[in-house]
Amino acid sequence: MSKVLIVAEHLNGKLNSSTARCVTCAKAFNAESVAVLVLADAPDAVAAEAAAIAGVDKVLTVANPANTHAIAAVYAPQVVAAAQGYSHVLAPSTTFGKDLAPRIAALLGVAQVSDIADVLGAYTFKRPIYAGNAIVTVEAPADATLVATVRTASFAAAAAGGSATVEALNLTMELPTHTRFVELQQGKSDRPDLQSASRVVSGGRGVGSAENFAVIYKLADKLGAAVGASRAAVDAGYVPSDLQVGQTGKIIAPELYMAIGISGAIQHLTGIKDAGTIVAINKDGEAPIFEIADIGLVGDLFTLVPEIEAALG
Amino acid sequence: MKILVGYKRVVDYNVRIQVKPDGSGVVTEGVKLSPNPFDDIALEEALRLREKGVATDVVVATIGPADCQAHLRNGLAMGANRAIHVVTTQAVQPLTAARTLLKLIEKEQPDIVILGKQAIDDDCNQTGQMLAALWNRPQATFASKVEINGSAARVTREVDAGLEVIDVDLPAVITTDLRLNEPRFIKLPDIMKAKSKPLETIPLESLAVESGDHLKTTAYAAPAKRSKGVMVKDVAELVALLKTKGLV
Ligand SMILES: Cc1cc2nc3c(=O)[nH]c(=O)nc-3n(C[C@H](O)[C@H](O)[C@H](O)COP(=O)(O)OP(=O)(O)OC[C@H]3O[C@@H](n4cnc5c(N)ncnc54)[C@H](O)[C@@H]3O)c2cc1C
Repeated sequence: MSKVLIVAEHLNGKLNSSTARCVTCAKAFNAESVAVLVLADAPDAVAAEAAAIAGVDKVLTVANPANTHAIAAVYAPQVVAAAQGYSHVLAPSTTFGKDLAPRIAALLGVAQVSDIADVLGAYTFKRPIYAGNAIVTVEAPADATLVATVRTASFAAAAAGGSATVEALNLTMELPTHTRFVELQQGKSDRPDLQSASRVVSGGRGVGSAENFAVIYKLADKLGAAVGASRAAVDAGYVPSDLQVGQTGKIIAPELYMAIGISGAIQHLTGIKDAGTIVAINKDGEAPIFEIADIGLVGDLFTLVPEIEAALG
Repeated sequence: MKILVGYKRVVDYNVRIQVKPDGSGVVTEGVKLSPNPFDDIALEEALRLREKGVATDVVVATIGPADCQAHLRNGLAMGANRAIHVVTTQAVQPLTAARTLLKLIEKEQPDIVILGKQAIDDDCNQTGQMLAALWNRPQATFASKVEINGSAARVTREVDAGLEVIDVDLPAVITTDLRLNEPRFIKLPDIMKAKSKPLETIPLESLAVESGDHLKTTAYAAPAKRSKGVMVKDVAELVALLKTKGLV
């Protein structure tokens, strides 16, 4: 019987939808109970959001100014303390969870399952390796705490409708001060969030410059879509790094993904393989992106993209 | 200041990985092996810190089979002062790797340990964080910029929300992201020079590391293929199709 503790991801007082996706993962192995742990300076608003997720039985909060920012070295010992009596500790496979979960696993002296993509049992999972070129089935020992990260693109967010109890934990422990938050440089954008958007328009090196990216932004705005990019476009400085999609960027699963001026390297494709419909626009008819695209259109993006925008009325 | 760099050998990122027909693994016979790209970046960063006069000693370490020597020579040719080869025939999982690196830390007493954020074979993204936890020291993962200011490092991290800047007291573990730097190319004279640089060999058994290889991989499969799509001739056809699918 598995008792699952999910570490909530939140920023600026808002719960990230990755948390509700972890709940769905836990339900997939019939967790007997699901608790969400909120570490924060002032956790109440986030805790209320977590308590409203269907399937969550309990929300645990730890209020502490030291928890204002998600510092893994500060969070990990608290998660370990809170995890007593739980069989599973889950975190999303976002930069937040990737940073934190191995630190928890190491303190517990257990191995970690990274990037759960499918559930076969409470201790048996599928996960991608080699940039998604192979899928392995891994079995973790059932007699140790299971620490894992959950590939958010593989699980839908659990719906609202829950009414879990919220319980404040009083953890008295000394927390390290060797790691200090300085700042978060966040691009301001009114566009939907790349990781949870249902439509994404991405540009690659073919877009050619930061100025030219306006073409991508305009189409995205017309569609109400988030904007993404290939590594080449980020490396060339066309867009900020948080727009990168792929093996080492964000793994996403929108209903519609438009890859524009992107060749389709395996490292990029691994980030979109769960997308609903992939549209590729590339002037090279031989580009590998067409091998996986649901709809392909060969031609110059600077002609085609404004045409699409116009055709959408 | 001494920097220890984790330097793993992996299947080259250009290789098209094939799963064996019987599902027992992926084909690694005869495929090109290269340093993990993130570890090349880790080594490059260490070398730059040495060139800036921040560090004096750069040690590369790998855990792998006997034929990893050539791989370590590569790291020495890139510019590391010394290499440590922890020899084992078995692929180790991240917790074992972290416990092993901790033994090297105890021996070497580095001020900074730089690792790649993930190895592109198992894509685990765990070892640096585990090592920092076991060492009870700070971690600065997914680094895209590193500045050393005396006894602390200011690290810019690539996170989902943007770029996060943190200060960590040294010693600390740093893991690299792709945009931290562009690794240098190795020149022929450096390959010659590397041959005479010290390379220490340590059998893994002699370090008395408690194994953390708790996970069993029971099957390998090729990823599900997306079904073949259609090519449209123009924008009108594209938009019509998207409308039928209810996507726009
Ligand atoms: C360890 C590692 C990790 C990586 N991680 C990632 C990752 O997470 N995400 C990622 O994306 N990549 C990643 N990469 C890089 C990846 O291998 C590719 O280099 C990258 O995806 C290429 O980006 P691109 O398709 O934009 O550029 P290119 O491959 O240069 O393709 C540009 C495309 O634009 C087309 N084009 C040019 N002009 C026009 C035009 N006017 N109209 C229409 N089409 C045009 C060209 O035909 C071409 O197909 C990684 C690589 C490594 C080694």
